Amino acid sequence: MEPAKIIEHSGGVIGVSWLLIALPLLGAAFLLLGGRKTDKFGHLLGVATAVASFVVGVLVFLQLLGFDPAERRRAVPLYDFIPGLTKMGLLVDPLSISFVLLITGVGSLIHIYSIGYMAHDPNRRRFFAYLNLFVAAMLLLVLADNYIGLYVGWEGVGLASYLLIGFWQHKPSAATAAKKAFIVNRVGDFGLAIAIFTIFTAFNTVSFAGVMESGADPSQGTLTAIGLLLLLGACGKSAQLPLQSWLLDAMEGPTPVSALIHAATMVTAGVYLVTRSGAMFFPEGSTAAIAVTIVGVATLLAGAIIGTAKDDIKKALAGSTMSQIGYMMLAAGIGPAGYAFAIAHLITHGFFKADMFLGAGSVMHGMNDEVDMRKYGGLRKVMPITFATFLVGYLAIIGFPLLSGYFTKDGIIESAMEYSSTLGWLAVLGAGITGFYMSRLVFMTFFGKKRWEADAHPHESPAVMTWPLIILSVGSIFLGGFLIVGNRFMTFLGPAVGQPEHLPSFHPFSVPGLVTLALVAAGAALAWFKYGAAEVPVTAPRGSFLTTFARRDLYGDALNEALFMRPGQWLTRLAVFFDNRGIDGLVNGIAAGIGGTSGRLRRVQTGFVRSYALSIFIGAAILVGAWFVVGNL
Amino acid sequence: MTTHYLVLSALLFVIGGVGVLVRRNAIVVFMCVELMLNACNLAFVTFARQNGNLDGQVIAFFVMIVAAAEVVIGLAIIVTIFRTRRSASVDDVNLLKY
Repeated sequence: MEPAKIIEHSGGVIGVSWLLIALPLLGAAFLLLGGRKTDKFGHLLGVATAVASFVVGVLVFLQLLGFDPAERRRAVPLYDFIPGLTKMGLLVDPLSISFVLLITGVGSLIHIYSIGYMAHDPNRRRFFAYLNLFVAAMLLLVLADNYIGLYVGWEGVGLASYLLIGFWQHKPSAATAAKKAFIVNRVGDFGLAIAIFTIFTAFNTVSFAGVMESGADPSQGTLTAIGLLLLLGACGKSAQLPLQSWLLDAMEGPTPVSALIHAATMVTAGVYLVTRSGAMFFPEGSTAAIAVTIVGVATLLAGAIIGTAKDDIKKALAGSTMSQIGYMMLAAGIGPAGYAFAIAHLITHGFFKADMFLGAGSVMHGMNDEVDMRKYGGLRKVMPITFATFLVGYLAIIGFPLLSGYFTKDGIIESAMEYSSTLGWLAVLGAGITGFYMSRLVFMTFFGKKRWEADAHPHESPAVMTWPLIILSVGSIFLGGFLIVGNRFMTFLGPAVGQPEHLPSFHPFSVPGLVTLALVAAGAALAWFKYGAAEVPVTAPRGSFLTTFARRDLYGDALNEALFMRPGQWLTRLAVFFDNRGIDGLVNGIAAGIGGTSGRLRRVQTGFVRSYALSIFIGAAILVGAWFVVGNL
Repeated sequence: MTTHYLVLSALLFVIGGVGVLVRRNAIVVFMCVELMLNACNLAFVTFARQNGNLDGQVIAFFVMIVAAAEVVIGLAIIVTIFRTRRSASVDDVNLLKY
């Protein structure tokens, strides 16, 4: 089934859905411009705008549900954005509203959590201003009805991500990580920008509706080029291979940032981009769509392998995020059969990964900001709520039966299996590795003997931090089943992105599903023997070549350095050399030449009048002689 | 006839030119310049007579007037230089150089 037509809409809550973006944006502006005067209540205002935005989002969602499914794509025109090029408007449809609810819902919970987490930070107000800025930009990204509006939001979240990764800018590592994220994202954003230029050249419009209905018939090559360029943009924002290297360093930011931006929302923008452009630029079986699936599978394996070797709890979770987004990309590349699973996994992942990141933050909060899991151990007794909620997130992500991740990840694996058995089995393998590294993380943190530093006095976090965890873990339990069983989400999303002719039915005991469960169980058992039952050394053992390989992020940084950084430095040095010796040499040489010649030439001015007379005489003689010669010709 | 006048004119001009180039005394150089001017005058008058019009004679008058004015200024300069430097040699007046 093709996506439904977009209908112009006015009135009702949908008519004022720009409030979704305006509220957090105003919050950010007020907190940033208000300065230190707003320190006292800044965090409360930040939470209030996020929650208000969530309330508006729910109302919009309810009004949208009131329409016939085929009429659920509503365009809300706002103003003439760039006259002659595009109008600005919002597109409220099942796809964007799913994102809106995730961003504002999980976003609000993370805002609330941050009140406790950032309680002792003197810059808490600025933190909330940036968080609000992020929420506004992310909502613009998913609500804009054209690619340029999307791009503005895209850059906005990049900016917010940069500001928040480098929030503790007094730490050189944080400042460097922020810069790295920004620069790597630039590569992807460059691809997205070129893609939008090409779209405008090919279709003479940049709005989603315009591209769908333009009637222009660009060549297959153009469509593939646009698709691949969009994929490059998606890779940058979603930390997919080959632009994955920034995400692990991005963990330098405060933990709520890692949860909101680098797990639940911003990094999924690439999946949104692919899904939103899917019908047009990633049709089933096209080169671009195949590229998306390959990138997805490569990243889901790479992320999982990185996750197995990290001792830093946040970096292990970041590897896991990469891996899970790889699953979403894989599903998004499959086409209409996969879109619903991609977005459903995105939403459930938003819940259980935010749950685990906030849980990790809660652990760090109680452990003097220690991130090395080798110095945790046995925390389940002192942090019961954190442990329970983390356990739920853990079971959800490894796909424990009947929890959220079980349904959504299984959906992805099943549809990948149908699409290509190679990709399907690789996804199953990834799920097995997920079972290992997540179990390792849980066992090292919450089980085993205490390996705490002498001055660590772990304690349970305050209620303002534990309640968001509890709510997120409830979502992690039930959301997946609610969305997937009976194809509820697929039929909801269908009008926005298209859906397959035959709706898939859920088989609880299919072969791939059982193999996945077996592999996950094996991975968890292996982790138990190595990290649960056995003693975990406080200093990391050297490990084999493979361990080093995974610890060094599969040599991603080394590769980037060898391929881009060093040649870039050589190029710079060459340019400097050329500038100093070549350009400067030429300019200075001309100047020196003229100066030297003049210095010698002025010696002719001796001051002796008679020598001047002689030169006049010689000149006159030459002139007369020349005149004779010419005259006689 | 004309040729004789012109030869005389050229002769006077060459004597004047050589004098300007080789003599050091400013007064003598000055007189040599006058000699060259008058050699020119002679040539002008000769051609005026040969061509039967007055153009050359008029020019000769102009040259005389300019020469008179030049003498006034030139002699004044030479006298001033002699007063300050006790020398009338053109080679001593070489301060204005590179």
